[in-house]
Amino acid sequence: MAHSNDVETIRKETRTYINVFIALAVLTVVTVGVSYFHLPPVLAIGVALVIATFKGSLVAGFFMHLLHERKLIYWLLILTVVFFLVLLFWPTLSAWNQRHI
Amino acid sequence: MEIPYTVEARPDTGVYNAKLGVWLFLASEVMLFGALFSSYILLRTGAPSWPHGRDLGLNVPLATLNTLILIGSSVTIVLSWASLRLNDFRKYRLYMGLTLLCGLGFLVIKFIEYSEKFHHGHYPRFNTFFAIYFTLTGLHGLHVLGGMIVNGYFWGPGAKLWQRDPERFTNRIEVAGLYWHFVDLVWIFLFPTLYLL
Repeated sequence: MAHSNDVETIRKETRTYINVFIALAVLTVVTVGVSYFHLPPVLAIGVALVIATFKGSLVAGFFMHLLHERKLIYWLLILTVVFFLVLLFWPTLSAWNQRHI
Repeated sequence: MEIPYTVEARPDTGVYNAKLGVWLFLASEVMLFGALFSSYILLRTGAPSWPHGRDLGLNVPLATLNTLILIGSSVTIVLSWASLRLNDFRKYRLYMGLTLLCGLGFLVIKFIEYSEKFHHGHYPRFNTFFAIYFTLTGLHGLHVLGGMIVNGYFWGPGAKLWQRDPERFTNRIEVAGLYWHFVDLVWIFLFPTLYLL
């Protein structure tokens, strides 16, 4: 999307970037802090991945300005996410199936 | 021959060509790292037991610092782009310079971490954990290095374009930033996966 070069808009965006940075820094500290609680493995993985996904969304949404992007880019990314999930879980699931046949 | 759609959006895609190009490249990068993350899950779920990174001597405080440095560099690069949109080339140079310093800081810390591991004989062949740890962090480190080369070019000689075609240069910094944010994003997942879980 064409970005507005209006001074006030850019200054507002800049403030948002700083706020996002603070949120990311706090969430990083939270992730590390939680890891010292020695939660059960499944819960620990769940919490860490939820925080990481949220942090990733902040980076993608604000820094990569995906919140205001063209439809074509969204479609491209949806397709990528689908293939990514298949790639991520298919090998593990098929290996798990083989072990339990 | 003039390259088309470097500044104005192409009517059928709605974006300038470099932006679509970098997103397609990032999609391929998602698959590259996706394959390695998939390997990690497969190795971990298939192993009778999986060590905790911390128990193997991974330095969590240093890695936390590195995470903060990389996040910081994401902010500085996006601020460098915002500075160009405000026609403030001096600030652009400052923020891009800070981005480069952060990248360098990240690599120096990574070097210190690697040296610690090697000192204790923890090479990739030591066990499966270190094999995937070095593969993932090594590939990520190479991406940081690659991004620094591009960012360094735009900080130095490549910045001449600002005089000739400021809008095109601003777009170049936007797409360089998109790549850099992606490198940050990958680390956001690598850090807890390898160091904390």
